[in-house]
Amino acid sequence: MRLAINWFKYSAPTTFYGLAGKMVPYFAWPAAILFPIGFYIGFFVAPTDAVQGEAYRIMFIHVPASILSMFIYLILAGYAALGLIFKTRLSAMMAAALAPTGALFAFVSLWTGALWGKPMWGAWWVWDARLTSELILLFLYLGFIALQASIDDPRRADRASALLAIVGSVNVPIIYYSVQWWNTLHQGSTIKFTGTSMHVAMQQAMFTMLVACWLYTIAVALARVRSIILEREGNTQWVRELKEVRS
Amino acid sequence: MKRLSLFGLLALVIRRDLLLAMRRRADVLTTLIFFVMVVSLFPLGVGPEPEMLRKMASGVLWVAALLASMLSLSRMFAADHQDGTLEQMMLAPQSLTMMVLGKIVAHWMLSGLPLVLIAPVLGLQFDMSAGAVGVLVIALLLGTPVLSMIGAIGAALTLGLRGGGVLVSLLVLPLCIPVLIFGAGAVEAVNSGMPATSNLSLLAAFLLFALVFTPFVAAQALRISME
Amino acid sequence: MSAADFFAMNGYGFYVWGSYGVALLVFVVEILMVRHRRQLALRQLQLMNESGDAQ
Repeated sequence: MRLAINWFKYSAPTTFYGLAGKMVPYFAWPAAILFPIGFYIGFFVAPTDAVQGEAYRIMFIHVPASILSMFIYLILAGYAALGLIFKTRLSAMMAAALAPTGALFAFVSLWTGALWGKPMWGAWWVWDARLTSELILLFLYLGFIALQASIDDPRRADRASALLAIVGSVNVPIIYYSVQWWNTLHQGSTIKFTGTSMHVAMQQAMFTMLVACWLYTIAVALARVRSIILEREGNTQWVRELKEVRS
Repeated sequence: MKRLSLFGLLALVIRRDLLLAMRRRADVLTTLIFFVMVVSLFPLGVGPEPEMLRKMASGVLWVAALLASMLSLSRMFAADHQDGTLEQMMLAPQSLTMMVLGKIVAHWMLSGLPLVLIAPVLGLQFDMSAGAVGVLVIALLLGTPVLSMIGAIGAALTLGLRGGGVLVSLLVLPLCIPVLIFGAGAVEAVNSGMPATSNLSLLAAFLLFALVFTPFVAAQALRISME
Repeated sequence: MSAADFFAMNGYGFYVWGSYGVALLVFVVEILMVRHRRQLALRQLQLMNESGDAQ
């Protein structure tokens, strides 16, 4: 029995297009179910925080968004590296498919962070180490997207933005620790959760929302990469013969 | 033709770039004038109170240095790209990495070094103490080459693209933030009476790290852009 | 907790719903954008097919 999966078979856009299409619902539906569940636990099961009152519940969207924005960047850089090393076009397409989602999560993280900061610390923007790093991460995403958009030749666009993503990911830890050092020097506030341990329901809500966001990301990225494949492979036979194109 | 050693190649590229730049001295001067102007804008914007200016000084000078070096980045490869020299460099059997390093060094000598030399004068405008100015000069000396090096990667990736100048800045500025933080931090340390050694050693570490990796990465970026 | 209390979130309603509202908006907009991108790509391909057949 063949135990090894021929991964490289799926690295051809031809095969992956169909596979991705079949996979999207398996990620989209669980995400659609988990979001309301997480919301319910976060708002109806988790108790009110002693210090922060009801505002702390923003955490259940802010923290998953932050985590995902960073996680997606690393995955993106990973695909970029794969694309450069193995010269697989699909890897570069996956990186391009992930970038907008990552950037949007970074934006949501910043927005919710500001809205959390205003009632808690009195200012719409605090130069907290994590928020500042998040802002820089958003800039890195935007740079990646801008570079891809400015290069017409898709091959050059893929490889240039891949290199940028790899350089960026090497920089991310350096940037993070620089900002953290800078923040402690200026005695800025740190958005930390009060109390040493979180109530169980809070942990559950957080975890549920995190998984929901992750499943959402996969679904959206797979859907987007299908469009990218259609855009790039327009002059191939198999695309022209697709059912959805011929109708 | 005798074979060039790696250092010989480096010296050749640096000398050539400097010579070409000297024929267009205006380019070098405009970067410098931009730096001085931007620095002068801040007091005009926030008011002339000496106490505040002294606090702002290191940050303002560093941000201006960043912006000034962003401005001049597209020049690094553009001229050679346009007249075909860059293509010849890439086809040549000699190390492209070394040639790129040469171009980076020349770029720094033309855009970073002048900033280092004029910084004390600008420090006076902000009523910085002598100790602070001294540390600022050392920090700029360590930091501006890193800006040129990171910038080289950006310049190589955006070779020949429209909207070049702004795009390069968008790509490169986030990566330069650690240099900004520790460069300005060094001066602030001195201002608060603490030693600046940790900041300066971090800058030196960045310099070494960049020196080892960026010429190679920039050379790869050139290959990607030129295929 | 009554519906009004839930909405007010003890005075923090603006911040809480401002956060979740924008997050939801972002998700919806992103899904719509992906859909739109697919439709554009398909339409482009259909046009290419038609001009190809016409030849």
